[in-house]
Amino acid sequence: MTVSYLDNNATTRVAPEVLEEMLPFMDTLYGNPSSMHTFGGQVQKHLALARERTAQALDCSPEEIIFTSGGTEGDNAAIFAAVNSQPDKRHIITTRVEHPAVLNTCKHLEGKGYEVTYLPVDDYGRLSMDQLRESLRPDTALVSIMYANNETGNVYPVQAMAEMAKERGALFHTDAVQAIGKFDLSMHKLPVDYLALSGHKIHAPKGVGAMFVRKKAPFRPFILGGHQENGRRAGTENTAGIVGLGKAMQLASMDITGENARVAALRDRLEQGLAGAVEQTRINGDRESRLPNTLNISFKYVEGEAILLMLDTLGVCASSGSACTSGNLEPSHVLRAMGVPFTHVHGSIRFSLSRYTTQEEVDLVLEHLPGIINKLREMSPFGQGREPVTVSSRYGEERPVKRG
Amino acid sequence: MWEYTDKVKEFFLNPKNAGEISDADAVGEVGSLACGDALKLFLKVDDSGVIQDARFQTFGCASAIASSSVLTELLKGKTVDEASRITNKDIARELGGLPKEKMHCSVMGQQALEAALKNLRGEKDATRDLEGEVVCECFGVTDEEIKRAILDNNLTSVEDVTHYTKAGGGCTDCHGDIEKLLDQVRSKTLTPVEPVREERPMTNIKRMQLVTKVVDEEIRPSLHKDGGDIELVDIDGPKVMVSFRGACAGCPSSHLTAKEVVEKKLKERVDSQIWVEEVRS
Repeated sequence: MTVSYLDNNATTRVAPEVLEEMLPFMDTLYGNPSSMHTFGGQVQKHLALARERTAQALDCSPEEIIFTSGGTEGDNAAIFAAVNSQPDKRHIITTRVEHPAVLNTCKHLEGKGYEVTYLPVDDYGRLSMDQLRESLRPDTALVSIMYANNETGNVYPVQAMAEMAKERGALFHTDAVQAIGKFDLSMHKLPVDYLALSGHKIHAPKGVGAMFVRKKAPFRPFILGGHQENGRRAGTENTAGIVGLGKAMQLASMDITGENARVAALRDRLEQGLAGAVEQTRINGDRESRLPNTLNISFKYVEGEAILLMLDTLGVCASSGSACTSGNLEPSHVLRAMGVPFTHVHGSIRFSLSRYTTQEEVDLVLEHLPGIINKLREMSPFGQGREPVTVSSRYGEERPVKRG
Repeated sequence: MWEYTDKVKEFFLNPKNAGEISDADAVGEVGSLACGDALKLFLKVDDSGVIQDARFQTFGCASAIASSSVLTELLKGKTVDEASRITNKDIARELGGLPKEKMHCSVMGQQALEAALKNLRGEKDATRDLEGEVVCECFGVTDEEIKRAILDNNLTSVEDVTHYTKAGGGCTDCHGDIEKLLDQVRSKTLTPVEPVREERPMTNIKRMQLVTKVVDEEIRPSLHKDGGDIELVDIDGPKVMVSFRGACAGCPSSHLTAKEVVEKKLKERVDSQIWVEEVRS
């Protein structure tokens, strides 16, 4: 069966151009770039090229790039660098909709005595500048706000927020994992101190990423050991991965405007098609400020895992914010933070497109999904005039009256 | 991705008996939208007490739909009395097993059945009353429900309880209370294991009691940790026949588990003459 891959915020396929450049480093060019011999040493210049390409894509200098194992490491390293270098500042600001790489690192620091402010979002998942302004304190060590949200695709005003933090003397980190290749980012213009990115979200392989650390920003290595990465990230370099990431960064920064327009047109076709063909849907997120590739849509009174498994029989890959698809029993923390009602949260589906997405893939979903929703609604005890009786709960609404 | 059996997939993709019975003799309804799954069970019962038809409406994931559908299949043709003995284990077994995180789907089936049978007896309307005190606020699960699940399924940890009842799966504030319930139930059902070795020769009855005790208290909990379970099929003198369930069932190395874990433990704790044989069911 042909796979229709519409789950690119989870991971992406490796671009053929990227794979091609990587292969020699898993074959003949296996030397260690730290070695004294020519055989190993020759790899060094390929790493330098990857660093240059990455720096070029971010409009910064190559010395400001550290290669990592991925987005999570970059987030961890930035947060720990910021707090450990300012021991008398004990306050951190982040948001309720961050990736677990940031959220759980902040929770860990809470356990170590730090105070963390988790900025709330409104119904559309938007952050408020005023709330950030009010939360900033003289002892705020770091503000960590994602550039774009992986679940809803919401894009946050990082430029303005980083400027505000800077004015108030706080360091600023952004998790830009979902933003790379979708924005023409310039570290000369964007006043962040740290930025984390991941290879496998931009058609490079898994297990490689990079972080930008501004020259003047304090930094402490997160992984200790050898002198690699100028003493800032120990461990023998993932040479094939880094070479691949460099190529992927180069590809990602080519024709961003044109690519965004093409992908957005497909996403809009999917969104309008589904909203038109299925009753009682809800678009989760901020349509005014959203990644061009992401659609998060809820189908009232059906459960997401059931939808995903029916799509799976057609080879369609997507994600859900439903509780049943997570490891625990809680639905998506992002959708809950946005106050998406329970009638909708369990039936949320995320489609995320890429430069390889075709109209055929989108049309396959448009052809079959309305029927799938109908079939599941037919089976559901709710909807179609069978509205459930509910009372309020600690979650805000729709608490079960009784659970047998 | 969940590892569903082919039977779960089949009952999910092509569910039998979906829909309502407009003139049902009994209706049982459990779960809610907030919890992420809900089941409404309809029964049509004839004058002689035989279930003529059973249908369901389910909001939930694939395993919730499959559990509901397989339950209706189990019910059809059974007497009300026979139906009252169906448990969540029967539902899970009929599906060839469920991932441990999804066992609550089978429990939901059992609870809907109980609600429907209560309704049939005219005791209550379609919704069941909450029995006991609510322990888990997030999912509205009571102490009585949790104790029952612990007893019925030999649960040994908070994680187990969450998999079977959802209790503790939200804010985790009630984990301490669940621990207490686990202690309470287990201290009631179990007496200290210690002096197990007794003077020989051992009577058959004594050996059976000890084998059962050691399997329940020492072997089963460790298999639960890996998502498996064990059933004592028979004891014939020193020969102990067991069968594996859950993740252990059909595991190519289950005969090793039988020898290395079960036999070794029983030899050590009960009788050095014991030998264990795995019965595939």
